[in-house]
Amino acid sequence: MIRDKGIGSKLWRFAVWALAGLFVLNLLAVMAAVVVNSFATRWLGTWMPAGWTTRWYFDAWREFQLSSVVIVTFQIVFTVVLISGVVGVVTAYALARRDFPGKRAIVLLFLLPLLIPPLTYGIPLATVLYQVGLGGTFWGVVFINLVPSLPFVILVMIPFIEQIDPRIEAAARVFGAGTWSLFVRILLPLLLPGMLAALLLVLVRTIAMFELTFLVAGPTSQTLVVSLYYAVFASGVRASQSIDAMAVIYMVTTLFWLVLALQFVSPTQIVARAKQQQAT
Amino acid sequence: MSGPSLRTRLAARGIDGTTLLVLPGVAVMAALFVYPFLYGIVDSITPREGAWYANYARFFSDRFQYGTIAATLWLALPVTILNLALAVPIAFRVRLMSRQRLLTTILVLPVTLGTVFVADGLLTFLGPQGWFNRSLILFGILESPVKLTNNYWGVFASLLITGFPFAFLLTLSYVTGIDPAIEQAAATLGASPRQRFVRVFLPLLVPGLAVTFCLAFVQAFAVFPSAVLLGAPAGATRVISIAAYQAAFEQYDHSMGTAIAIVMGVVELLIVVAVLGLRSLFYRGPAGGTKG
Repeated sequence: MIRDKGIGSKLWRFAVWALAGLFVLNLLAVMAAVVVNSFATRWLGTWMPAGWTTRWYFDAWREFQLSSVVIVTFQIVFTVVLISGVVGVVTAYALARRDFPGKRAIVLLFLLPLLIPPLTYGIPLATVLYQVGLGGTFWGVVFINLVPSLPFVILVMIPFIEQIDPRIEAAARVFGAGTWSLFVRILLPLLLPGMLAALLLVLVRTIAMFELTFLVAGPTSQTLVVSLYYAVFASGVRASQSIDAMAVIYMVTTLFWLVLALQFVSPTQIVARAKQQQAT
Repeated sequence: MSGPSLRTRLAARGIDGTTLLVLPGVAVMAALFVYPFLYGIVDSITPREGAWYANYARFFSDRFQYGTIAATLWLALPVTILNLALAVPIAFRVRLMSRQRLLTTILVLPVTLGTVFVADGLLTFLGPQGWFNRSLILFGILESPVKLTNNYWGVFASLLITGFPFAFLLTLSYVTGIDPAIEQAAATLGASPRQRFVRVFLPLLVPGLAVTFCLAFVQAFAVFPSAVLLGAPAGATRVISIAAYQAAFEQYDHSMGTAIAIVMGVVELLIVVAVLGLRSLFYRGPAGGTKG
């Protein structure tokens, strides 16, 4: 590693670290503000609230009917993860192993939803879903969430499958493995770590996916983040502590899965298909 | 006399049983992405009344509507540039850290929590009695609280909080992909830190930065919940996604809503294509040293 000793680069280093520190400080303060407010009896014009209470959590849980919202959220999210996982891994396998005419067009098809703003394809898709009677239903929300999550699984899985040596499969064939036992005994164990990572990432992203869910969610198919949006949107109707209590419930739900996901992937992979093999 | 069978000929071109596994994925995308998209294009040129281009004509003749393009760009471009400008130097320092994990984990929080949660937090944090204003007054930077919510700056802050970590983590993954030996070689040959950055790193990074810019811009351009919750959705931060949403779901004119959504996609893709086009003017090649 190269270190420069000059006063100029010391100042520059200090400035960069100060900026990074300032950002992290503000970020943590934003989250802390939500948590503190959710436990506050009254918080007006002071650094810290006047007193502490947990009653907003009971209020929020009852008022926003969170028990059903949380159940619906997980039903939707797990359905999306299951479908995009099965379809995505199968598709990624074909794309990783074969080179065929039109492959570039198909890869582009899976890249487009990640490059186009969600509302651009969300509004036409929501229109179609409402016309076939799926708007506001459970399956409507699942379908609209598949559009970004399926390509995501595929794009995460392709490089993962490519690094599995095809000769392993060939060897299994030589020893007489049929397609089924090849899949169950050879491929599945090798693919499992990558699948787990991809599916946990999709899970975290789907819990937090607001725009698309918002377009088709009906009263019985609202996810946590959409309920939170409506609560913040209509703030003034309810105590801000109650809304923040709900935000904390949402935060804990998301962070639980995030922590789980981080056991298998590096944080950089949540935004990018990081090429981190070289990191030492 | 017969040549190789059809099956063999297809297999030689890469089409066999395994290739067919691509079909379920393509079918899902065709049903949920391609068909609705084509439907949307047709829908947008079959307005309730008037000629086929009536929706677009209405959008581009109403200042309240076409002004949303400028409002969105006025938010998304400065934020994206600022995020990238912050991300590059910080990523260069963090690259040298041995324990990056804590920092990257903290920074991934806003990305995963999403804009709705961040908007809720910022409403308290940036409010007139929030910690931000209080701190600035405490340090004597401000005399009285400034208004930072329900205007342009509230949305700006929310895009900074969610956008910077995103840009940073992407940049970091590109920066760590550059072989440190390249920098050491430059230093050995007497390049100063500035020269190493400008002459060695920057050219290697430009392709990655262009992609980072595009992805960060896509996110900022699609700003929706925070523009409603933290901004002035009828005024300065009436972004194009609000216009599209209102047309489709508040005035129940899905034809018009789709038209605005398509305008939104076209404007965004124009900028993405322009940036990626500029990228091709720069060096493109391996940055990983000799191992390849």
